[in-house]
Amino acid sequence: MPEQAGKSSYQKQIPIVTRSVKGQFRRFKTAVMVLAYSVYFLLPWMPWHRVSAASQAILFDLTSRRFFIFDLIVYPQDIFWLAMLLFIAAALLFFVTGLVGRAWCGYFCFQTLWSDLFIQIEHLIQGERPARLRLKNQAWNLEKVFKIGLSHALMILVSFWTAVTFVCYFSYAPLFVQDFFSGTAASGGYFAVLVLTISTYVAAGIAREQICLFACPYARFQGVMYEADTLAVTYDAKRGEGLKGRTIPIQGLKTHEDRTKAGHGDCIDCGFCVQVCPTGIDIRNGLQYQCISCGLCIDACDSIMDSVGYPRGLIRYDSETNLKSEVPSQPKMMWKRFKVLGYALAILSMTALLFYNIGTRTTTEVSIQKVRQPLYVMLSDGSFRNRYVIHIVNKTEADEIYAIDVEGISPRSLDMHFFKQVSIKAGKGLNMNATVNLSAEEASKINKFNFLITRASTGEVIKVETNFNSPREHD
Amino acid sequence: MSQDNKKVTPQTTGHVWDDDLEELDNPLPRWWIWGFYITFAFAIVYWLFYPAWPVGSTYTKGVAGLNNVTYVATKVDGSQETKTTHWNMRSKLMVEMNQLKAEQKQYFDKVASKSFEEVAKDPELMQFVNSAGKTLFATNCAPCHQAGGQGKVKFSPNLTDDHWQYGGAYENIQTTIIAGRNGMMPSFKAILNDEELTQVSNYVLSLSGEPHNADAAKLGDAIFHGDKAGCYACHGVDAKGNPAIGSANLTDKIWLWPDVLGAKTPEAKLTEVKTLIYDGMNKGVMPLWSTRLQPEQIKLLTVYVHDSLGGGK
Repeated sequence: MPEQAGKSSYQKQIPIVTRSVKGQFRRFKTAVMVLAYSVYFLLPWMPWHRVSAASQAILFDLTSRRFFIFDLIVYPQDIFWLAMLLFIAAALLFFVTGLVGRAWCGYFCFQTLWSDLFIQIEHLIQGERPARLRLKNQAWNLEKVFKIGLSHALMILVSFWTAVTFVCYFSYAPLFVQDFFSGTAASGGYFAVLVLTISTYVAAGIAREQICLFACPYARFQGVMYEADTLAVTYDAKRGEGLKGRTIPIQGLKTHEDRTKAGHGDCIDCGFCVQVCPTGIDIRNGLQYQCISCGLCIDACDSIMDSVGYPRGLIRYDSETNLKSEVPSQPKMMWKRFKVLGYALAILSMTALLFYNIGTRTTTEVSIQKVRQPLYVMLSDGSFRNRYVIHIVNKTEADEIYAIDVEGISPRSLDMHFFKQVSIKAGKGLNMNATVNLSAEEASKINKFNFLITRASTGEVIKVETNFNSPREHD
Repeated sequence: MSQDNKKVTPQTTGHVWDDDLEELDNPLPRWWIWGFYITFAFAIVYWLFYPAWPVGSTYTKGVAGLNNVTYVATKVDGSQETKTTHWNMRSKLMVEMNQLKAEQKQYFDKVASKSFEEVAKDPELMQFVNSAGKTLFATNCAPCHQAGGQGKVKFSPNLTDDHWQYGGAYENIQTTIIAGRNGMMPSFKAILNDEELTQVSNYVLSLSGEPHNADAAKLGDAIFHGDKAGCYACHGVDAKGNPAIGSANLTDKIWLWPDVLGAKTPEAKLTEVKTLIYDGMNKGVMPLWSTRLQPEQIKLLTVYVHDSLGGGK
């Protein structure tokens, strides 16, 4: 393809230098950030009494394939809980997006949280937006090297501790940190920390809004969840533009009355809403895919409206339907909609199912597999033998003794070799060979019986029905 | 991006279809272009480390010595040789196989250091016996004894029942695997006439309660215990066989060489037994495994056959 004159084949990232703002959405974002960081960074250090593993409240122990979440121990065979959890998370995303737009993106997404923190680091070291812009455009000198170097060093430090914390969820935190700095941690730990440090720093420190614009799939498909009744961060164009459009408050256009008389809207074109936007868009251009609906432009506009004495809410959470109506009413959440109620129902039923499954989990897992090759064996006295493999998993936190017996046939028919009683370590499973011999007469009558697995410490009995095969007349 | 007032107006390639369908020619993000260039650099570094370009009948192997793989190969005669080659999948496989063997060794050592019963009593070691035994059995034993050890009538004994031609104790089974077995029965066509054959066959069928002619069986009893045929010499006076020489127990329900259970009519059952006595049998051959398997593998297989297949006595 021939190059068009003067046109570059690539586009530079246009740097976004945001201005800080005060207001209700900023307060909410900060509150979410403090809460999320407190939980994320402190949780791995929370002690918890454990017998068979490190005393840590949250521990995803990959080597023993057990996931400790407070008093809940999750085994790999419980993977469907994860499937349910993911379903709930997805439905919750759809539900919230249908109601109030991309709330996840604006307030909770880790890309947003870390970017926000890193912007605040820049603000702390380099100053407010004009100072940062000046620093950016000035020639390299000691001050610029120091300020930019220090802010990036801090970002890398935060990224590093983010990575270390992540790995701490997968190993005993105090020991891992000690090993990490003494150089004796597992190589996988160093690798994970390196990769996560780099990815956190690159994503939140350098790429920032580029991740939302180019990399994130959620950003793109959440737009589909919007309906006409969905509350979205919107600029009230009718009020802002008036008949003759927005204009700066020059002499004679300063009061509300003067402007209305002259046909101009309430927007004084101060550009504050654009300056605070972390994705660098102009909300006055309407709903855009770049908008992560963080609400900072609402805060910005409200503070300007307050200062010029106009009513608040020129930029606000509102729905398309309400904006289009002749006399827009107070925006409110329109939850009585088929889609929203459907998502809510899906969330509720799946949550109930998940809690039911977790609530009824067993401490011992038994599966009995019949050996099918051969299906049965005829013995020298004409009796019949069936063989079974009994698999017992001890899901408790203590070593346990299990006794194996049968019901429905003579106890002497069962031959467990040396494993009539067997000790199984905490969190481990064991396979045992079982042999059942029935006389030809018994075999002709019995085709089902039960294995009884008794947990010695509690006396709890698990009954598993199984088949007994032998050649039959009707076969 | 309107913040810096540098709006990028979308340009088109100039192609127009269906009057108004235009192709946009938007610039790519710069990081994307750099990502593309990095793949070039990656490819060049890759060529230095790994086999890459075909050249005639050979190929580039990377810079010599930069990414070598060293492994220990065991030759057919058992001697070991350390080999170093350029990186390739075969040598990587050898390295991994050696690693796995080293990991397995601790369990094999445990099996070797313990008595048969100690192995069978150790629930965790039995996990290894079950899985490693299954693999060894599938490779070495299953071709004759079948995948589940159930054997095949007229071919190989069932290892899951309670009858053992040569004894079902650990030591017997181990001896069988180490040295193999050679079971045979002489032909009686020159010694017994047809009537005598029928009589002794009826007697054999009577021993395990199969349908038979009682009068003929009575006469057969005399032939069995008489010195002309001398059946008792191998099968014993009580006809219960002798594990020391592998002669069959004729009083139980299990038949290996004549397919008495498979035969539907009394006549067919009689023919099965009669044919075997007439022709004799020399197919009870099990090869020896001491030359093919290591002693600890044979020991593990012994425990597997005895305890996992469930027929051990």
